[in-house]
Amino acid sequence: MASSAAERVARPPGRTGDRVFKGIATSAGVLILLVLAGVALFLTYEGFPAFTAAPGEIPGAGGITGYIWPLVFGTLLSSFLALVVAAPLAIGVALFISHYCPRRLVGPLGYLIDLLAAIPSVVYGLWGIFYLAPHLVPSYTWLAGHLGFLPFFSGPASVTGRTILTASLVLSVMVLPIVTALCREIFLQTPRLHEEAALALGATRWEMIRMTVFPYARSGMVSAVMLGLGRALGETMAVAMTLSATGVITVDLISSTNPSTIAANIALKFPDSTGIQVNALVASGLVLFAITFAVNFAARAIVGRRREFSGAN
Amino acid sequence: MNRISLQRAALPGIAALALTVAMTSCGASNETTSTTSSGGGDLSGTLNGAGSTAQESAMTAWKAGFQSANSGVTVNYDAVGSGSGVEQFLSGGVQFAGSDAYLSDDELKKVPSSCGKPVEVPVYVSPIAVIYNLPGVDNLQLSPATLAQIFAGKITTWDDPAIAADNPDAQLPSTAITPVHRSDSSGTTANFTDYLSQVASSDWTFGSIEDWPKSVSGGEGANGTSGVVAAVTNGEGAVGYADASQAGDLGTASIKVGSSYEQPTADAAAKVLDESKPAPGRGGTDLAIAVNRTTTSSGVYPIVLVSYQILCSTYSDSATADLVKGFEQYVVSSDGQDAAAKQAGSAPITDALRSKAQTAIDSIAGQ
Repeated sequence: MASSAAERVARPPGRTGDRVFKGIATSAGVLILLVLAGVALFLTYEGFPAFTAAPGEIPGAGGITGYIWPLVFGTLLSSFLALVVAAPLAIGVALFISHYCPRRLVGPLGYLIDLLAAIPSVVYGLWGIFYLAPHLVPSYTWLAGHLGFLPFFSGPASVTGRTILTASLVLSVMVLPIVTALCREIFLQTPRLHEEAALALGATRWEMIRMTVFPYARSGMVSAVMLGLGRALGETMAVAMTLSATGVITVDLISSTNPSTIAANIALKFPDSTGIQVNALVASGLVLFAITFAVNFAARAIVGRRREFSGAN
Repeated sequence: MNRISLQRAALPGIAALALTVAMTSCGASNETTSTTSSGGGDLSGTLNGAGSTAQESAMTAWKAGFQSANSGVTVNYDAVGSGSGVEQFLSGGVQFAGSDAYLSDDELKKVPSSCGKPVEVPVYVSPIAVIYNLPGVDNLQLSPATLAQIFAGKITTWDDPAIAADNPDAQLPSTAITPVHRSDSSGTTANFTDYLSQVASSDWTFGSIEDWPKSVSGGEGANGTSGVVAAVTNGEGAVGYADASQAGDLGTASIKVGSSYEQPTADAAAKVLDESKPAPGRGGTDLAIAVNRTTTSSGVYPIVLVSYQILCSTYSDSATADLVKGFEQYVVSSDGQDAAAKQAGSAPITDALRSKAQTAIDSIAGQ
């Protein structure tokens, strides 16, 4: 009794505020988990009938695996191509802004890059279908003519330009701002002393960047690219509008027949679907959920592993 | 002082509360369609429908026309797609559904007993044009077999002998053909493939389907009518199918019917319904039509999209029944059909079909 009374007296002021804040913060954290669990549960529950259904009931041939696998292939292929284009470009732009660009251009340039992220994906879709695709047709014809021996360019070249390569280029522009913004922030955090030490040892600016900035930023660059990958995997409207999706599996990047992506396929097929077709679409959504989860998980793992070797410590 | 400020604070609050209550009660009464027929045939109340996106544009015209004649009426139409619309109708969520296909036998069994035998009225007829982009060829003519082979990926260049046989006078280039189809599920695809499977079953072996078959070799997919039109416009040598009203400046192929070649005009499209029989097992007030794609009469264009409005034959109260009847009578009237033609480029139904539709709609009653 006495001790508890003493405790009560000894309690510092403002303890209630602390407790309330802790409660709010904890419940916010728990809420995220609940939402995630809820989404996963819904996808599993609604998608399950498609996994157990007879193969004949699923649209197309080959049952649910035959339905989802080409979509998974298309999703991974378009996202991979988008990153191959966007990642080096984004790192270059970020490096220019953080280390090469005249100081008074830093602000406006960063603002312009961020503006790219503010453009709605439908607008990218319109740009892709009406501008980019027709203007890429001559390049595709040239590729089919001169590099046709490669399986990627075996053609016949699309006359409308609405290929998976076009869709990937649109995607790469869309993921550019997010990767650039993150890389720029990370590059700017390189300790000034590291950079000055490298320069004092006689390094050129490029050598300084290689010796201090990249090692320090490596894990951050990986996570930035992975976040970009997340955006590319889930992108719906721009792909649905730009891509000529016929649902085949092919590595030919410039022909009219292309694999579709999971997100685009859901957007295209959902309005007129009923019954088991809806379950099949939800099942494909579950697979996309699993893929993005795996990608983020892998990104975390890489970041965690690389941290020890980075210049940060 | 204190009391006054309290009153001041409370007054707007009470007013807002009263307003909210008034609005919610208003909203609630809307949902239950409180329909009261005032004198002079003027209707009032709310009518809810859902379904086909093809009808969306025509529905805008019908809503405007009907609501301006009956100021107390609100017509809501949610263009969620035919499948979802029919599902909502079967569960009693909406009073009518718009659908690009009449109810299947399975769906007929799911109609609630309170609804009675459903009344299906063809209200929206639209010719589907075969659009193409081939500079130098102004009047392309195609026989059904050639058309089927082009879309099945069996004919791959424009100077193919089969196309040349249909176009003896044209200078055909050796450009590769890019057939463009819908990548989304669509009633247009269903009607187009239905045509191909009926008139050229040996060249088109994929049946009548909403989703373009994956097993067809070649071809390009595009999202929606506008996507197909954009793809054909941008691609030299491309050919696609789309609502005739959306063809714009593109060339539209003449399709061989009997011994002549027909353009997708509104007149020719509407006539095909007069040449068609009721769907198997239907008849009476159910105007589901098995479109006669194999007609050989001249002046008839058989590639049409027929979109229905699906209604109950009995509604829970006579006020709702009157509202449905009033709206549907306007939709099939020559005023309503002309308004749709102006707005959406559809083909107004013929007088013969109109009188059948009017009889069917008149049979609707309240309990």
